[in-house]
Amino acid sequence: MITTDICIVGAGPVGLFAVFEAGLLKMRCHLVDALPAVGGQLSEIYPKKPIYDIPGFPEVLAGDLVKNLEQQIAPFHPTFTLGERVEELQKQEDGSFIVLTSEGTQIACKVVVIAGGLGSFEPRKPAVENLEQFEGKGVAYMVKDPETFRDKKVVLAGGGDSALDWTIFLANVAEELTLVHRGTTFRGAPESAEKVLSLAEEGKINLMLKSNVVEVQGNGKLNAVSVLVDNNANQKLDVDYFIPLFGLVPKLGPLENWGLELDKNAIVVNTTDYSTNIPGVYAIGDINTYPGKLKLILCGFHEAALMAQSAYNIIYPDKKFVLKYTTVNGIQELA
Amino acid sequence: MENTITVYLEQENGERIPLETPTDMGLSIMEVLKANEFDVPAICGGMAICATCHVEVLESGELPEPSDDEAYMLESLPHATERSRLSCQLKAKPELDGLVVRLMPEA
Repeated sequence: MITTDICIVGAGPVGLFAVFEAGLLKMRCHLVDALPAVGGQLSEIYPKKPIYDIPGFPEVLAGDLVKNLEQQIAPFHPTFTLGERVEELQKQEDGSFIVLTSEGTQIACKVVVIAGGLGSFEPRKPAVENLEQFEGKGVAYMVKDPETFRDKKVVLAGGGDSALDWTIFLANVAEELTLVHRGTTFRGAPESAEKVLSLAEEGKINLMLKSNVVEVQGNGKLNAVSVLVDNNANQKLDVDYFIPLFGLVPKLGPLENWGLELDKNAIVVNTTDYSTNIPGVYAIGDINTYPGKLKLILCGFHEAALMAQSAYNIIYPDKKFVLKYTTVNGIQELA
Repeated sequence: MENTITVYLEQENGERIPLETPTDMGLSIMEVLKANEFDVPAICGGMAICATCHVEVLESGELPEPSDDEAYMLESLPHATERSRLSCQLKAKPELDGLVVRLMPEA
């Protein structure tokens, strides 16, 4: 069990800066992120994009901002659990929490700070009749173990890189493989698109263009899909597996079940200290909402500072909070 | 009014709501829709990575070609049509005067 003062869910820029604000007040932090590296969407999605609205930086690359934040919080020795998604929040009798991750890691803390940005990325599900009914019974949204599909009849849907890559890979694994694509061209990597077209010409896969899977059928387990071809004719295919690959969409994920007050996928907070409706749980950055909310990194930084002051009262209930200025006190490293 | 165009949001019942749109503020159509309090999540803030501002263009003059990022995202949407665009990638410019869009279901 990991023990800390504050468990920060999300290691994006706002989560990282929260370590700094907490560290100034002698509070220790442990960060959890589903991504394998810190930085959130700055590292994952646009590390080379310049940002122009960070005070003191006329221009800074997103990736460099993350590096600077890591350097800034180093004196406070935060600890990390990366590549694991938070799943459960367990409130203890003494008011503290245990945060559990997807891999079973347990973090005991007195305060939880959700700095989850857009949320976690989950598969985008197409509007297909009966789809959810067959999840885990023939419908899968990702290929975890290709051997599952050996000598099976498989239908993939999608036109992006993921659909193309798995079509190429599974062509030699599945007994029968069909790729269903809404368009007539592919925008994925050109070499992948050419390879898929070649496989279709060689008869190694079935390629259905201008087509959509509209219904899945079965009896307890998937055994057929209906494909609408060119908005006209319906074609039924016998299948063992249907794998729609339509990219990822940000969702709150398990946080939705924590009993937090939500408004349109964002966590409602009190702007006095960015606390949520659960005492001891705060939400800062893009994941929260309040009247006048601006989804800007610098606003998340401000929220982190106010959160830390409030969290101090929970972690040190007997001490009087006194605001300290770094210009006077400098940075006092945590041992 | 100078530097203002009108774009229209078509409702499910066919009613078209005119939205006065300034062209000198660098706004995207997503931002215009949000400013008029329509339910556009735009979770990613306009980076063409979440598609929650997906619209279908019903009428327009010549539209700019989608960028690679936008085109790739549209390609990955299961219910996109040939007239689909991400409203965060459409900048409010004079050429868009009279644009008519409808909101697509959230991705």
